[in-house]
Amino acid sequence: MSVVKLDGLVALLEGFPALTGVDLSVDAGEIVFVKGPNGAGKTTLLHLCAGLIQPKDGTGLILGHDLSSERTAIRKRVGLLSHSSGLYRDLTVLENITFWTQIAGVEQSEIDSRISWALERMELDNKLQNQKVRSLSVGQKRRTSLAVFIVRRPDLWLMDEPHAGLDQEGRQVVDDLIEESVGAGATVIVASHDLERVLNLSTRVVTLSGGAVVGVDHGGNK
Amino acid sequence: MTSSITTASKGSKILGMTSIVGFAVLVLLAFFVTDPDIRFHPETGEEFGQFDAVRLLYLHVPLIIVTYLAFVICAIASAGYLVKLTFWWDSMAHAAGEVGTLTCALVLITGSIWGRPVWNTWWEWGDVRVMSTLILFLLFLGYLALRGAFVNPQRAARPAAIVALIAVLDIPLINRSVEWWENRTLHQKSTLSELKIEDLTLFTLMLGILVSLLVMSWLILHRFRVAWLEHVEFEQGIKTAIEERRQMDNED
Amino acid sequence: MKRLFADIGLITGKDLKIELRSRVLINQVAPFALMILVLFGIALDADQQSLRNFASGLFWISVLLCALMAISRSMTIERDDEALVGLNLSGVDPIAIFLGKTCAIAIQLLVLEIFLGVGIILLYRSEVEDLWLLVSTGLFACIAISALGTIFGFLASGLGVRETLLPILLLPLLLPVLIGATRAFDDALGVAAINGWNWFAFVAGLTVILTAVGAGANHLMAEN
Repeated sequence: MSVVKLDGLVALLEGFPALTGVDLSVDAGEIVFVKGPNGAGKTTLLHLCAGLIQPKDGTGLILGHDLSSERTAIRKRVGLLSHSSGLYRDLTVLENITFWTQIAGVEQSEIDSRISWALERMELDNKLQNQKVRSLSVGQKRRTSLAVFIVRRPDLWLMDEPHAGLDQEGRQVVDDLIEESVGAGATVIVASHDLERVLNLSTRVVTLSGGAVVGVDHGGNK
Repeated sequence: MTSSITTASKGSKILGMTSIVGFAVLVLLAFFVTDPDIRFHPETGEEFGQFDAVRLLYLHVPLIIVTYLAFVICAIASAGYLVKLTFWWDSMAHAAGEVGTLTCALVLITGSIWGRPVWNTWWEWGDVRVMSTLILFLLFLGYLALRGAFVNPQRAARPAAIVALIAVLDIPLINRSVEWWENRTLHQKSTLSELKIEDLTLFTLMLGILVSLLVMSWLILHRFRVAWLEHVEFEQGIKTAIEERRQMDNED
Repeated sequence: MKRLFADIGLITGKDLKIELRSRVLINQVAPFALMILVLFGIALDADQQSLRNFASGLFWISVLLCALMAISRSMTIERDDEALVGLNLSGVDPIAIFLGKTCAIAIQLLVLEIFLGVGIILLYRSEVEDLWLLVSTGLFACIAISALGTIFGFLASGLGVRETLLPILLLPLLLPVLIGATRAFDDALGVAAINGWNWFAFVAGLTVILTAVGAGANHLMAEN
């Protein structure tokens, strides 16, 4: 079953055609790696799949919901890790994670265990958790964003440069998380420059250029 | 084929010509042919009235009607856009809003010039209608500013429609509040009944209203077509940009 | 419904916590408000009687100007690191975002109003004749300002021109609130022989209408 099904999708960014006609189909449980030069439309593609952009043209289904008319339903089920941290600078790591867990509507009984699980996975279960996000390093901020990302347990993972700013250890954690999530039934789309890293994981490599898919390589390592 | 690019059509040309001729007749009647407003006090026999200033009312009153009408059209078109989500409604709202703002400015200017000799002041704080008209003008300046702030004109449609609706709905509230605020107005209950209504006076006023309506329709028609062309051009620009991006791929 | 109130509480609480931490209101907006009171005093040539007569008008103009800053700040919090994207993805009802942010701004404005109220009593020697009228009007007017401010803040945010666009969109629409609240205060401060409670009723009515309109507009925008 297709989790992502895009047909001739065109999307605008402030009047600029960031996507010029994307055809892409991603099945459940896949790990798709999207590569391409800067400005190829990778980030826009992820935002589109998250239901954040109204498509200009073409049709799309995400997790069975229509991309033009059911974007609210899509948003609830996808997770987006983007370039910006998506965190509140004046709240602590723990406060941020707690807020985003509660606002996502996670069951009350489950909140505490999920938060401590996410903190532990991202190695934030130490004195870091009581620090304001403002005072964190780039890598620590990234790990906090990742903790917020995984705590929601989305069905479709959309990750923009997930390894950026992380040390070797952190990158390994991200890889492990991606593999585990797929084991738990999620689907993952990763946009990255870190070719080797993601090649080891991905089932498919999609090359994006000029806002369209120009190549699909099925020879992933799986 | 060298069809010149124009927003005019046969219909709009006729409308425009009629407007111009009508306006010329109006100016002739209002400023030259009709009598000034001179009355005599029944006891003392003193002269009083609006004298030549009354001539401005042949413009001022029709402009008020046209302004309100344009804003009502803008509100209806905005609501239409929110329901239908087509750019026809958006262009109509944009055109009516812009023309309404223009005529609203003219209402304020003609009113102010008229007020100087008649009320002995350019501007009257606390006069309900003067104040509400000014606020209305400011509201729609905001509306046009919001429209101008978007790079992608199509993204402006929804926020602009919301602002236009809120602004128009706010008009009665503003009227109420200003009225209670000072509870006074220099405006006569009806200017018409105060004047010596002769056949020619009434005719000139009615002609003024008719001509203003014609001019408004003419302006809105053209502004609508310009707004529509802007949408078309934007769409065309996107198509071209998409083509260019695709071709660059192929060259890679 | 329970979820809605919980979400409103979460968002309001989050905004207030951020304010307590960053102290933008206390360190920047409150001194600005004080500055306005002092500037008016100087500009009006320190004529005590005029200041007393104009106190309610000056009070509400100060509140409006501070509200613009508070609204701008409230939007900056969500824009800085694109937290708003996260809120949109969280599946939380847009009404909860609207009401949550409105509540947070309203609470901050209330604090400012108390501060400004003390200011006009001390600096302009205003005398309170009807405290309840003062408090009720202050409460409702600040909700109306916050509700409409939140909507226009969202409309203007992300355009890169919100600081310049917000006042021209918001202030004309808030004129009825300004008039109503000023008149009610005139009575409460004993400088005008009018029935201030009628004006309070007007402000309260406006608050209900504007909040409802705001919620409706928010709903329309959220669909986008």
